[in-house]
Amino acid sequence: MGAALEVRIEKAFPGRAPIRAEFALDAAAGAATILFGPSGAGKTTVLRSLAGLEKPDSGHISFAGETWFDGGRRMCLPPQARRVGFLAQDYALFPHLTVAQNVGYGLAGKSRAERREVTVRMLEFFEIADLAGRRPPQISGGQAQRVALARALAPSPRLLLLDEPLSALDVPTRSRVRTELRRHLERIQVPTLLVTHDRTEAVSLGRGIVVMVEGEVRQCGAVEEVFRRPAGALVAATVGVENVIQGKVTAEDDGILTVLAGAGRIHALRAEDLRVGDPVLACIRGEEVTLQQLPAGRDSARNHFRCEVTGIENEGSVDRVALDCGFPLVALITRKSREEMELRTGSVVIAAVKATGVHLVRP
Amino acid sequence: MDWVALGVSLKLAFWTMLVLLAIGMPIAYWVAFSRWKLKFLVEAVVALPLVLPPTVLGFYLLVAIGPRSPLGQAYQRVTGGLLPFSFEGLLAASILYSLPFAVQPMAAAFGSVEPRLLEASRCLGASRWRTFRRVILPLSAPGVVTGMVLSFAHTLGEFGVVLMIGGNLAGKTRTASIAIYDEVQALNYEAAFATSCLLLGVSFAVLLVTYALQRRVWTAWAPR
Repeated sequence: MGAALEVRIEKAFPGRAPIRAEFALDAAAGAATILFGPSGAGKTTVLRSLAGLEKPDSGHISFAGETWFDGGRRMCLPPQARRVGFLAQDYALFPHLTVAQNVGYGLAGKSRAERREVTVRMLEFFEIADLAGRRPPQISGGQAQRVALARALAPSPRLLLLDEPLSALDVPTRSRVRTELRRHLERIQVPTLLVTHDRTEAVSLGRGIVVMVEGEVRQCGAVEEVFRRPAGALVAATVGVENVIQGKVTAEDDGILTVLAGAGRIHALRAEDLRVGDPVLACIRGEEVTLQQLPAGRDSARNHFRCEVTGIENEGSVDRVALDCGFPLVALITRKSREEMELRTGSVVIAAVKATGVHLVRP
Repeated sequence: MDWVALGVSLKLAFWTMLVLLAIGMPIAYWVAFSRWKLKFLVEAVVALPLVLPPTVLGFYLLVAIGPRSPLGQAYQRVTGGLLPFSFEGLLAASILYSLPFAVQPMAAAFGSVEPRLLEASRCLGASRWRTFRRVILPLSAPGVVTGMVLSFAHTLGEFGVVLMIGGNLAGKTRTASIAIYDEVQALNYEAAFATSCLLLGVSFAVLLVTYALQRRVWTAWAPR
């Protein structure tokens, strides 16, 4: 599947920074791409423009060689003609139709038998067959999300667009539904673009990421790569997490989990119903990493990694120090500290991280 | 008691309601969803019968559909009859007179359907017509019913327009409200009282049934 999405759009708003988004996606199936940014960055406008619900002032959108929008030729394909699945923030289920009728809504052009067959298949796929006869006010938020996904995917769209799919849920349900959503996104085999401003969601749900700040796309790439090497201070401040480390839970002791990552071991507070053997992503902000000279003294941090400095980048009064601890790690320290410690590429130091500074996310 | 006049009233109200259902919905749809800058002009024209004295409306209509107007002449050529002082002419006048009573509740109901539902429908490939039929109409059913009932009840009670356009032809254009006026003029208070009472009863019953039905429509969707 190499269905490529190409976007280059501009849209002005009174009293706000104009949106100038330009990116291309090699929209592979089975992995969501995250459209990430703080609220007001223009993510939703971009997503709605892709769905055809909003018309940019100028630019061009094409998908798999087909033009969806061309400002120069004043052409804008309506949503009906784009074959896109769009999931609104609050799912927008039709309140007067049953769950089954909602799911079958997009199958108008098909025969009765085919409609029935697809609806049943979608209901079973999303494990909502027992809700078929209920109406949206009678189901929970997590169930509503599955109904909305089933409804959006029933007409077999070529691209799935999700607008903050977890924001309508209360916090306790959110992490459970997120795991569920991740599982569904892996199975559906439709290229997906997902808007969020939540780092945990980005790390957990996406493979690729497009970062938007103040109306403009600032960086695109793999999630871990973008978090580790943000292009510029603006992106760094937005993504906030420098380190996303893949690992596996190997032990649990008194509420502290041990995560095996590359050749290193990370200790972290237990979170999210993780058990021994589970794959996990350990997120560590660069500010949470302290560097010590050898030999290390005692302190309260649970993690002490012996590591080698592999690179140093200056960002004003802060230095971004790349380390190899058996896994890659980035520390943000002041330039003054770096100078006092006389750090340079090749120096060997101890990186200390508190167990509370490690945020575990289920992949 | 004038049963014939009541029959004419009911027949007129029924046909007015039906025609307004057919032409009121497209107008209401347009009023609710058009983004035309001068939309307010049309809205004002539609609402005009609310404030206009029925005699003014009736007078202009009489001129407009009279045998000397192009409209009246065209009608005469096609049907061989005249519009003024006929049931058809009365029907045309009633439709105009009750237009706002049908259009306004419908437009309000259409406009209050959440845009995100319409967007969801479009993204699922539904045409405008299908979106209207499957989403807008069911969700604004109470508004449409209200519009129909109000136009029915309003036609039942109209007087000035009927007098101007329909005149007072027994069995054809003499409605119950005209009959009551005639009886009072003839100091025949007993008959006037009976017909009035009947008209009051019918109007009240129609509204009662509608409001009761509307409650059912709403509660069918509410969470149990």
